[in-house]
Amino acid sequence: MGDQDDDGHHRRDFLKCVAWAGTGALWTVSGGVASSIGLDQALAAPRPAKGFTFLQISDSHIGFAKPANPDARATYRQAVAKVIAMPVKPDFIIHTGDISQLSRDQEFDDADQIIGETGLTVFHIPGEHDMLDDENGKAYLARYGKGSQGAGWHSFDHKGVHFVGLINVANLKAGGMGNLGADQIDWLGKDLTGLSASTPIVVFAHIPLWTVYADWGWGTEDAGQALSLLKRFGSVTVLNGHIHQITQKVEGNIRFHTARSTAFPQPVGGTAPSPGPLEVPTDQLPSMLGLTTATIIRGREPLALIDATLAA
Amino acid sequence: MFKLGIYTLAGALTLGLIVLSGGAAALTPASIAVPAPAGPKVNIDNFTFTPATLTVGVGTTVTWTNRDDIPHTVMATDRSFKSKVMDTDGVFAFTFTKPGTYGYFCSLHPHMVGTVVVKGA
Repeated sequence: MGDQDDDGHHRRDFLKCVAWAGTGALWTVSGGVASSIGLDQALAAPRPAKGFTFLQISDSHIGFAKPANPDARATYRQAVAKVIAMPVKPDFIIHTGDISQLSRDQEFDDADQIIGETGLTVFHIPGEHDMLDDENGKAYLARYGKGSQGAGWHSFDHKGVHFVGLINVANLKAGGMGNLGADQIDWLGKDLTGLSASTPIVVFAHIPLWTVYADWGWGTEDAGQALSLLKRFGSVTVLNGHIHQITQKVEGNIRFHTARSTAFPQPVGGTAPSPGPLEVPTDQLPSMLGLTTATIIRGREPLALIDATLAA
Repeated sequence: MFKLGIYTLAGALTLGLIVLSGGAAALTPASIAVPAPAGPKVNIDNFTFTPATLTVGVGTTVTWTNRDDIPHTVMATDRSFKSKVMDTDGVFAFTFTKPGTYGYFCSLHPHMVGTVVVKGA
């Protein structure tokens, strides 16, 4: 694995290999402090029966065909092949939005067909690219919104963990960033009522629920109101997409994480004239695309998140 | 279809080709090749509307062109006009018939904002 085209790429290729060898970053949080341990070490630990794994896939942008990635379907298929090859089958997949590039039926059809090859249940929330039909997201709701409220927000429980999917790409306001809206925040408050503070919570939404880079709109205007409802819980993990790169932050008991895209990378906030697709040499693209595995190693502890790239 | 309609309408207005038929205004057929409307343009490059503020006279048709690799829209802050999604090289035209200051933004990337100031005749 790891083609070495020239000396300058040795270290990058080494890192790619490490990622797939499974010794890449594995984040655990204890007492609000994030620390990194080896994945081999984590996998060697005994896993009680109640532990489980799920995947986060994000920003597949099916239909994208620009210089940064001429075929987003092909890289999505590569990501799905990684999932199918996993030795431990995840319980389900969460797709954190921008399924499609332009909300076209064919794009959604192809996305569903490709991810369907995993045979796993997929939970969806929309990105702004999935709201581009003539009726501002009705096509998304018709396809993925069964049992959801409003623009598609919903929650479910799995093996003692409460999952909440929030929508922050609907009815955006001029000059602002992502937005949840009062109706959704009210719903969230009711949804969390009655859950014990020891219930692990996983919140997923497209645009980051903390401000990564305001000048590019990488944040959510009213996220603070939602987060205040989550403060009483001992373990909250927030999974986002949108920015096509990994960023992490810990605030109290809330841990934030953004996933890579399966389609194209974006620049680090403020390092380019715009957040548009980052063009990299073809051989480097797989190392900048990927997916995230979340493992509950022990029932009451924070999730372990492992980011893997498509480079093999 | 929407873009084609806009071209046709703008082209018809530019060329003075509105034809009265049975008392109703009919537009020229879409099969006539019509150039992009003349008049003020706003380009979208690097998630930015340029010029950010454009001043025009009443009745002016403004044309926006997306030159990014990412789709954008043009939506009035008060929702009074809205483009369909514009992919790369996509165009939207809107004719301002009343004086006023019209703020607009991209509904996908709302940090992108612009203004059209329309002055009376």
